[in-house]
Amino acid sequence: MSDQTHMPVGHDLAPGEEEQHSVGERVIGYVVGLVLALLLTATSFFIAGTDLVWQPSIPVALIVLAIAQMGVHLVFFLHITTGPDNTNNVLALAFGLLIVFLVVGGTVWIMGHLNQNMPPMDQFIQMHS
Amino acid sequence: MSMTATVGHAHADPHHIGIVVEHPGPASKRIVTAYGFWVFLLSDIVMFSCFFAAYAVLVHQTADGPKGSEIFEQRNVAIETVCLLLSSFTCGMASIAADVRNRLWFYLGMAVTCVLGLIFLTIEFREFADLVSRGYGPSRSAFLTSFFSLVGCHGLHVSAGVLWLLTMMAQVFAKGFRADILRRMMCFALFWHALDIIWVAIFSVVYLLGSGV
Repeated sequence: MSDQTHMPVGHDLAPGEEEQHSVGERVIGYVVGLVLALLLTATSFFIAGTDLVWQPSIPVALIVLAIAQMGVHLVFFLHITTGPDNTNNVLALAFGLLIVFLVVGGTVWIMGHLNQNMPPMDQFIQMHS
Repeated sequence: MSMTATVGHAHADPHHIGIVVEHPGPASKRIVTAYGFWVFLLSDIVMFSCFFAAYAVLVHQTADGPKGSEIFEQRNVAIETVCLLLSSFTCGMASIAADVRNRLWFYLGMAVTCVLGLIFLTIEFREFADLVSRGYGPSRSAFLTSFFSLVGCHGLHVSAGVLWLLTMMAQVFAKGFRADILRRMMCFALFWHALDIIWVAIFSVVYLLGSGV
């Protein structure tokens, strides 16, 4: 999670020199994350308004870029891959993502079929007249 | 960061205290607090996923009102995105400063985060006010209802985050970098970064996909 490797148990007081040394590395981590996120954001905004790429590929590209940027945020800002209890954090995240995909995917799937099979009555009459 | 160093004795010595014991006991309070807050954040993300699902279902139900491509202004969204992204960065700087007990950089990082958050909120509020004044309020169509609830819910979270940020600055000013204050600061940083992740989904799914359709 948030740099628990820097804060051993029972070490609540001011950190020693080791942490002073690691501050530079931590700042560089945030800078790398910021640069990557800015690049991905700029690409998203560029792709959304361009005519240079095949148009049907744009929604897929936007979603892939968004997922990539969320990954960058998780790794460089939330530090989800570090820490001794890393496994617990990743498992909780995986369970949360499972629920998110069930809710969003299930809703889009079922409501899409409902729209297709049960259109509003005026459209239904148009279709069968 | 130092994964290879932790893997070796991760089971017997999870906190690197140097003494390998059979039953290491419960994790430190800092880890327990952050983990609990992480679970809360995930439940918050699950709640947002419901708003996203509602938006995905209702995005085409415009009831002859405006479509997304007619009301979204990409320039404003780009400014909002850069503001939130930079504020995530400065929030990270402030949490590093809190870990090394550097008051100047802590106040500086938190103040910049606060200003960027307020710029974000101002732009969003003006966008909403502009839409309502043109008659495109949340009651205009199902699409606008889901749009206002999704983006407005994120805006409410950012407002709560700004209040929490000011509280953290006041607590550090009054009580210093005590262990409990640092735990709250860590939770705040997690909250602020998670808001940025949700905003990534919002600007991609709502604004960029919506303006193309």
